[in-house]
Amino acid sequence: MPAVRSVRVQAEPFDPAAEVDALRAGRPQIGAVVSFLGLMRDLNDGEPVESMTLEHYPGMTEKALEAIAAEAAARWALEGIRVVHRIGELEPEEPIVLVAVASRHRAEAFRACEFVIDYLKTRAPFWKKERVAGGERWVAARHGDSEAERRWEQPPDGA
Amino acid sequence: MIRVCYFASLREQLGRAEEPLELPAGVADVAGLRARLRERGGAWAEALAESRPVLCAVNQVMARPDQAIADGDEVAFFPPVTGG
Repeated sequence: MPAVRSVRVQAEPFDPAAEVDALRAGRPQIGAVVSFLGLMRDLNDGEPVESMTLEHYPGMTEKALEAIAAEAAARWALEGIRVVHRIGELEPEEPIVLVAVASRHRAEAFRACEFVIDYLKTRAPFWKKERVAGGERWVAARHGDSEAERRWEQPPDGA
Repeated sequence: MIRVCYFASLREQLGRAEEPLELPAGVADVAGLRARLRERGGAWAEALAESRPVLCAVNQVMARPDQAIADGDEVAFFPPVTGG
């Protein structure tokens, strides 16, 4: 059976534990769930950050996330993938993104989870704008994110 | 006609989120459209300068500079993404 895929982009906060439960509940063949939760920090580039606004490209965002989830499902034997990403206003400590991956055994879930967040960072059209003491600033893309994405250009191990 | 969209810092610099545009004669691909928009001068020349890391999507899929553009397409320009 193919992996059950779900991607959502929403302004409302979400409950990470409830999302993980929804991914695995009633599916006893699942032996492992690996999840990544990205949180808003109160510090960036050495400066306190008060809040953040996340802009995105409606339509393309969902397509890009679907494509990344489909790619992960094609590379590894997975039971399910769930991606939830916030947009709009966020405050420090709030979850920004959840990537949860379910599989029969842990290895696939670990690798696929990291793959999805690495690809999301460089391929999904989101942009962060931070509010700091002196005003607002757009967050610059990190070189390390492109490096992380390139690691996956090699065929997956064990394939 | 094509629809051109701008996002994030690019949208702010250019002062617009989107515009309908008659596909200019002689413009066949993403790089050609970007060059033509630069000819508007001012903020356009600056924000879309070749030295700037500007990404493009055609019909909501990431596109390379040599991707063809046709009538009816939705073309978007934006800075490198910073989600997650």
